[in-house]
Amino acid sequence: MAKELWKGNEAIAEAAIRAGCDCFFGYPITPQSEVPEYMSVHLPKAGGVFVQSESEVAAINMVYGAAGAGMRAMTSSSSPGISLKQEGITYLAASELPCVIVNVMRGGPGLGTIQPGQGDYFQATRGGGNGDYRTVVLAPSNVQEAADFVQEAFDIADQYRNPVVVLADGLTGQMMEPIEWRPVPKRQLPPKDWAAGGKKGRDHTNVINSLFLNPEECDALNQRLTAKYAEIEKNEVRWDTALCEDAEILITAYGTPARIALTALDALRNSGVKAGLFRPVTLWPFPEKALHGLAGRSHIRAILDVEMSSTGQMLDDVRLAVEGQKPIRYLGHAGGIMPTVEEIIEAAHRTLKEAQ
Amino acid sequence: MLKRIIISGFGGQGGLAIGKNLAEAGMEAGFHVTWAPSYGPEMRGGTANCSVVISSKPVGSPVFAHPTELIALNEPSLAKFEADVQPGGAVFVNCDVVAGKVRRDGLEAYYIPCAKIAEEVGNSKVGNMVMLGAYVARTGFLEPGTIEAMISQMFAGPKAKFIPLNIEAFRRGMACVSQH
Repeated sequence: MAKELWKGNEAIAEAAIRAGCDCFFGYPITPQSEVPEYMSVHLPKAGGVFVQSESEVAAINMVYGAAGAGMRAMTSSSSPGISLKQEGITYLAASELPCVIVNVMRGGPGLGTIQPGQGDYFQATRGGGNGDYRTVVLAPSNVQEAADFVQEAFDIADQYRNPVVVLADGLTGQMMEPIEWRPVPKRQLPPKDWAAGGKKGRDHTNVINSLFLNPEECDALNQRLTAKYAEIEKNEVRWDTALCEDAEILITAYGTPARIALTALDALRNSGVKAGLFRPVTLWPFPEKALHGLAGRSHIRAILDVEMSSTGQMLDDVRLAVEGQKPIRYLGHAGGIMPTVEEIIEAAHRTLKEAQ
Repeated sequence: MLKRIIISGFGGQGGLAIGKNLAEAGMEAGFHVTWAPSYGPEMRGGTANCSVVISSKPVGSPVFAHPTELIALNEPSLAKFEADVQPGGAVFVNCDVVAGKVRRDGLEAYYIPCAKIAEEVGNSKVGNMVMLGAYVARTGFLEPGTIEAMISQMFAGPKAKFIPLNIEAFRRGMACVSQH
């Protein structure tokens, strides 16, 4: 298949159309505005519906309506816009509505900056909305993965009747890279016989709802959701590794910092430091067992977590997975600054020295 | 083979397009490529730049501190990035716009009169093709034929009349460097 040069945001939009997205609702915000821009031109041509909503809050509630009617629905935004959608996301999760939410992250907190960031890890994996819910979170590290993951996200959402978040960062959205439009694995999907999209001869009424005044009903929902999340944790966890077989220092990173780390690995190995990379691909479910097992190997002396976050957010999951087996250090930038190859190399040397 | 190129100029000068052309040609030639733009308020009237990596190995970081080549289309770009160019690297200066010279020792400097040649060829908009030609001639890792085929594809259909003009501009740019 021929390689084509695609910009991340446009590949995300095209991937959604190829996956059969029926409806897109969104509002412009840098650095993801090319997603709605592309959708506004191409989705109607493919027979779908594009609406530029009056706000991010409106967009996520339009997703609720369309998904409730059985449509493949999607919205995209960037960090502050995703914050506005949180109420809608917990409603979608509670009503068990499948949908795809793309966050092309920028630096925060607050309105922050339009440059790339990763400060929304907690929001995506812990839930920025209320109550006990989970969203599947896929984290592309390049444009090919962005295109693949968006297509798969629709299937994952339909299979589990659950919102799926594609968590990219501003660089992945803005950069261009050659990709192939390869077919993604298709899943056997259950019929949407729960959808409130017209009665069509059914003898009962389908209701989409997240309010249960009877606490037993709400408890039953929570139990059902918990069982579903356990199933997702069993089936959907993904990660990638590079040069881990003999690594003495293990770098953990996702998204853009993971690819910057790949360049650092080469330089570190050229200078005699055996460095490896562990890259979570699903942030929820987090590849906890895989990282725990890797960290326990005798050749690994220390772990360096690298993120575009000032405090370290995935760092919490890394600590939970490693369970104190090895020392963990952190390198992070926020506010739109990306970690450099040189900084990662220096931090790796420092981490190893401190581990002695 | 590993090229890290920064192309920088005023918004509208075609710097991002030169970068895209290089990435596209590199891809056609079988290399791994990335193109990463600067984006933000500086694009509205100020200097915009992009970072291109062309490599025989998969590209890790698409952004970098030290370019192997700099293409400076305006004065602020030369001032901003000259210090970062890797020792022994090359700087291509759009000398119709940039009065300054490359000041560091150990860098190869090429002064390309993009606007003048574009006017001679007959269209002021093809200055970026002149610069692309200069880059391709100097670095030698891309076949001119690859670029010319790409130009023909870019202007397919009703825009086909622009193909000879762009190819001429590209060749004149190549000739600039060959004569150095």
